[in-house]
Amino acid sequence: MPRYTLNVNNTPREVEAEGDTPLLYVLRDHLELNGPKFGCGVAQCGSCMVLIDGKAAVSCTLPVSSVGQSEITTLEGLADDNGKLHAVQEAMVQEQAAQCGYCLNGVIISAVSLLNKNPNPGISDIKNALQANLCRCGTHTRMIKAVAAAKNR
Amino acid sequence: MTNPAFQSRRKFLQNIGYISVGFSFFPGCAAESDPVMASRIDYLGDLPRVMERAHQVNAWLQVLADGRVKVYSGKVELGQGIRVAIQAVAAEELDMDLDRVAVHLAETGVTPNEGYTAGSGSIKSSAMSVRYAAATARSELLKLASARLEAPLENLTLYNGTIRSTVDDKSIEIQNLLQGKQIETTVTTPVPIKAKDQHKYVGKAIPRQDIHKMVAGEPVYIQDLRFPGMVHARIVRPPNHRSELVSLDDARLKQQVPGIIKTVVNGNFLGVMAQREYQAVKAERYLREHSQWTTPQTFPAMENLYDHIRDIADAPENIRDDGEAAATLEKGNTLKSTYTKPYIKHGSLGPGCAVALYDREVLHVWSNSQGIYPLREALAAMLSMEPDNIHIVSVPGPGCYGHSTPDDAAADAALLALEYPGKHIRLQWSRDDENSWEPYGSAIIADLAASLDENGKIEAWISDIWTDSHSTRPNKDAGTLLTARQLENPSQMQSPGYRGGGHRNGDPYYAIPNLQLNAHYFDGPLRVSSLRSLGAFANIFAIESFMDELAEVAGKDPLDFRIEHLDDQRAIAVIQKVKAMTAAETVGAGEGLGYAFSRYKNYDGYAAVAVRLKVDAASGGVSLIKMWAAVDHGEVINLDGLKNQTEGGMIQAASWALHEQVTFDQEKITSTDWSKYPIMRFNDIPEVEVAVIDRPLEPVLGGGETAGPPTGAAIANAVYRASGKRIYDLPITLEKISNQQ
Ligand code: FES
Ligand code: FES
Repeated sequence: MPRYTLNVNNTPREVEAEGDTPLLYVLRDHLELNGPKFGCGVAQCGSCMVLIDGKAAVSCTLPVSSVGQSEITTLEGLADDNGKLHAVQEAMVQEQAAQCGYCLNGVIISAVSLLNKNPNPGISDIKNALQANLCRCGTHTRMIKAVAAAKNR
Repeated sequence: MTNPAFQSRRKFLQNIGYISVGFSFFPGCAAESDPVMASRIDYLGDLPRVMERAHQVNAWLQVLADGRVKVYSGKVELGQGIRVAIQAVAAEELDMDLDRVAVHLAETGVTPNEGYTAGSGSIKSSAMSVRYAAATARSELLKLASARLEAPLENLTLYNGTIRSTVDDKSIEIQNLLQGKQIETTVTTPVPIKAKDQHKYVGKAIPRQDIHKMVAGEPVYIQDLRFPGMVHARIVRPPNHRSELVSLDDARLKQQVPGIIKTVVNGNFLGVMAQREYQAVKAERYLREHSQWTTPQTFPAMENLYDHIRDIADAPENIRDDGEAAATLEKGNTLKSTYTKPYIKHGSLGPGCAVALYDREVLHVWSNSQGIYPLREALAAMLSMEPDNIHIVSVPGPGCYGHSTPDDAAADAALLALEYPGKHIRLQWSRDDENSWEPYGSAIIADLAASLDENGKIEAWISDIWTDSHSTRPNKDAGTLLTARQLENPSQMQSPGYRGGGHRNGDPYYAIPNLQLNAHYFDGPLRVSSLRSLGAFANIFAIESFMDELAEVAGKDPLDFRIEHLDDQRAIAVIQKVKAMTAAETVGAGEGLGYAFSRYKNYDGYAAVAVRLKVDAASGGVSLIKMWAAVDHGEVINLDGLKNQTEGGMIQAASWALHEQVTFDQEKITSTDWSKYPIMRFNDIPEVEVAVIDRPLEPVLGGGETAGPPTGAAIANAVYRASGKRIYDLPITLEKISNQQ
């Protein structure tokens, strides 16, 4: 079985998996990370998002063989070296922006990706950036508020 | 006063695998020293029904060796924040810091059997039971301390786990007082509970502890459970529920897909287990391609769904008949309208998932089922096992909003676990499975007729509601589990389940002298069960749309018209409140402001909702601008939790009203993914504002389902104001707005 050395949360991680295995399964099953979630497997809900070189991407349709040396960041890797959470994560706690919270991974990843390229987004920029993410509980308004609050942190 | 058997069972169970205990760290509520003790008042009302079975304090609450307190609830966390609400109630009665109280949610053999977590009953049943158990615990502890310290009761206080005398320096900690024993006293009224105006946590916005874990990617959900040696499984579901497996060729599966452990075939149940999760996914695909199934035509043509429903319905059953509704309507001045709502999905963001382990004696199941004890009965029936040999642990899952797929996933995993003993089996459904096989919310038809008297008041009203069942939740009938219907010796459901939910809120809450409600039950083509608010969403959409139609005929303002027909001051108060919240709104061109009201179940929480939206004149597309709700749920336990549930319920209902519909052809469900079953996305989300009328002296009313039903109607009413088009058939799509004459 092929071996890959992935760059996950700033650490080289060695995995043995068939090349067509989507990155999501490698992260959850092989590397036992919990951030990225399985929601649809067909790139429609955003639950499985990770940052690839700082940009949000769905991981459920991305074969591990195509990842190469890109920097993969999951929810677990957003905190700084002292363990301080990213401003977006803190803002979600502050705004109590969750019901079941299953969508939070993707929403946070999309928001961090947005702030990486636009440190001062307006409400419609935030909504656009989260358009790939579904939330079934209807917690959207709190999440939008949280992202808006995070940009000022 | 101890019960060692109960204790050791708990201990034993806690040592198997993962159990989230969940002590919290909530720095904001640290104790002040020397508190003034709040006064107590005697509660003399009814105790929650579950306390007839679980009547002892120790069924709900135990004192740990370090003086912290652990509270047991048979309810499960569904994202409604029940854990923090229960924690707050216990901490309140015991005058403890929140972080000294841990909550253990549903687990068979450990927590009280509270049936299902449903119908907005968690606070009413579980949190109230904990309140009375904790209050009883407090008075028992004080009595014990009084004897031990030889101090009169009135000189003792209990604060943060220590009982002190106020006149000298005698004191004792509760764990030392109990010495490993627990309080077995039966909870009876009067119960001395804390005076509500002196509450420190209850009624306030208490932050949930679990959100911190969620944002950091800690293991929270059923999907995150991992055990050493755990293997992965998938099910290959048939094309439809009448399909039969004709042939299967899995001879080359192991060569084609690495890591395969086993294929399991039992009638039309086809499962596969593999070492790695993606290997199981590939195996599922392989088996789908290498199996043949019959595909009998089983569904009616979708465009004829509502005619089909009328054809197959039973004779109507009269539910309510006040006065002379039929005779009065015949006198004339009558308005009639028909409203329809299609099948809609729970659409959990995470498809069904469960873990099971058969240790050759006991079958252990980890599940996000809403009712672990009923699930245990259903599994016992399906597997011909003794319920005592099945142990189920509740683990939080993605929101499911009613009876969705967790129980079926648990049944799949259990069946596979028996085929492969000694290993934890993690079973995950695909999105396609989830969308095709979950039990939907029933399609509903509401025929409404009403007449007005000479003053423009409603004189007579008849509702005729066509509905399938609204609960086919697991019970001792194995046929309630999808898996059991597909086995070689299949079990089909013996009863149609709870059909009464279909006419929930089918009779208006308004004071109408002649009022009739009839239910036309049908056994429809699609699998159905309970979905948030059951029939109330469709029925309130119908009734509150109709109220606007009637108000227009009567030449009255829609809100005044409603108030004229209400004698309940709390109902009037929420309407007045939402009116005040929207008083300053100026509605632009192409925009509409619509209102609706309901009292959920006609005896639960109150909600008045307003929606401001814009209809694009050219396309008919609807954009929501803002939604408001004023709600009254009696005594508020967690203000922020209640607001969160209300906002979420409104957004979900808006999505139902504007976008959602299960689609099918005659052979299969076709809305198998999010592109074929679109729901509201971030760009469609309006601003939402919720006002809560707190009534601390009134009983707690359920919170999760109150504001959804009037939201659908308020949207329809706003669309009418914006475009002049009254939409009778959900969802309110662009085609319907632009095509209607
Ligand atoms: S799981 Fe990847 S987008 Fe849905
Ligand atoms: S909070 Fe449940 S899906 Fe978003």
